[in-house]
Amino acid sequence: MVDIKNENQKIEEKMRNVARDLLKEKKVDLIIGYSEGTLPLASAPVFIRDEQEVNKLVWNNSCYVNLAKYLIPNIRENINGEFVDLKVGIISKGCVARSIIHLLVEHQINKENIIIIGINCNGILDRRRIEKDIGAHEITETEVSGDYLIVKGNKFEKKFKFEDYMNELCKHCKIRAPPISDSLKDNIVGECQEVDSLEDPFEDIIDFEKKSADEKWAFMNEVLKDCTRCYACREACPLCYCNLCFVDQNLPTWFGKTSEISDILIFHMVRGLHLAGRCVECGACSSVCPMGIDLSLINRKINQIVKDRFDFVSGLSLEKLSPMMTYKMNDKQEFMLEEN
Amino acid sequence: MNEVITEKAQKEDWEPKIIAFLCNWCSYAGADLAGVSRIQYPSNIRIVRVPCSGRLNPFFIIRSLVDGWDGVLVSGCHPGDCHYISGNLVARRRFAILNDLLEFFGIEPGRVNFMWASAAEGERFAVLVRKTTEIVKKLGPNEKFKKQW
Repeated sequence: MVDIKNENQKIEEKMRNVARDLLKEKKVDLIIGYSEGTLPLASAPVFIRDEQEVNKLVWNNSCYVNLAKYLIPNIRENINGEFVDLKVGIISKGCVARSIIHLLVEHQINKENIIIIGINCNGILDRRRIEKDIGAHEITETEVSGDYLIVKGNKFEKKFKFEDYMNELCKHCKIRAPPISDSLKDNIVGECQEVDSLEDPFEDIIDFEKKSADEKWAFMNEVLKDCTRCYACREACPLCYCNLCFVDQNLPTWFGKTSEISDILIFHMVRGLHLAGRCVECGACSSVCPMGIDLSLINRKINQIVKDRFDFVSGLSLEKLSPMMTYKMNDKQEFMLEEN
Repeated sequence: MNEVITEKAQKEDWEPKIIAFLCNWCSYAGADLAGVSRIQYPSNIRIVRVPCSGRLNPFFIIRSLVDGWDGVLVSGCHPGDCHYISGNLVARRRFAILNDLLEFFGIEPGRVNFMWASAAEGERFAVLVRKTTEIVKKLGPNEKFKKQW
């Protein structure tokens, strides 16, 4: 039996010690981490400058936010009328570190200003599924004991097995601590792991693709029809950093603002295309969706295409260019029309 | 009564409307050559001239389907012949991903077609347009993705 509570405490302790040391030695000006959320099953990001405040940092299994989002644009401070980049320490589970590495590949952040505080993530809960199972009750308290999560509310109490209610992406996750490489040695403290390549069989995608075109279409319609296009998925994604997103432009208006299914699908298709070769499968987009839509299917399909066609996995190394930033003369072109 | 007849007639000799994005330097000139050489090809395509196939945002292609076009044809210079050196090579990667993604969403393969045609290949252009029209005709009208209101 895995004692989740114990694991969490250990992670929390390590994380606080590293953060305290970094602040004490003035290696960083600021620590970004997770703090207790205002609602159960949620956590809030916290910015810490003082070593006395380090105890605000927590690790529970609801830390679904991808903190790399806060690194863009560069974190600056006005000192005597001049803007100075701050040195930032950032609490990173595997996927946060991968986002940071990919942002470095795309030259969005400065390597000198980032220190990755690695932790060995033990999985994030799928809070949307828990909320769905509980139904129309308010959750007031959650507690972890053993490998169970106990959810309490007004006149009810329910137990959830941690393993079953973990985020689907976390179940298969192999990169739980930040991937380290020679070029990143000086930027990582705490836990880390060496990763050369990532093998993913993409079983769920292959299963899905056995359906006929009409079945796939019907399924996609069913899944996405609830989407209200609040763009929370875009806001939560660390790699959606455009100053002006195509959905916000209205000269020309790229696409309609109605709740019709083709308008919804067009957004999700183009969002997927924009994440080609960049998505690190952190699951932040699905976790923040107010309608509980699971976007991982689209994201994983995009990752499968990129892996199959261009042999690329995002966020593993600083040296390899993202596939959409480059080209090869001999790329596969079997989909092109030919005369015979 | 009249309506019934016209509806039936419409179904029987329904002709697909295909939007064709042709690159200015090769395929557009290829289409021109086909015309000058009096090579017959179906009049189903409506041509949009673009500076380069790399100019095409995959969004244009998806949006064409939403706007009700029955098919989309994209044509550029052969790899290595791009006027802007690498425009079509960058575009090819985008099209590859778009092609796979559309299929994943359940759009029939063949709604969106990609091809290369140089300025000297009037014949090839006509053949491939004929082929595209046939494919799209077989698929029928684009009812799925078309915006209904």
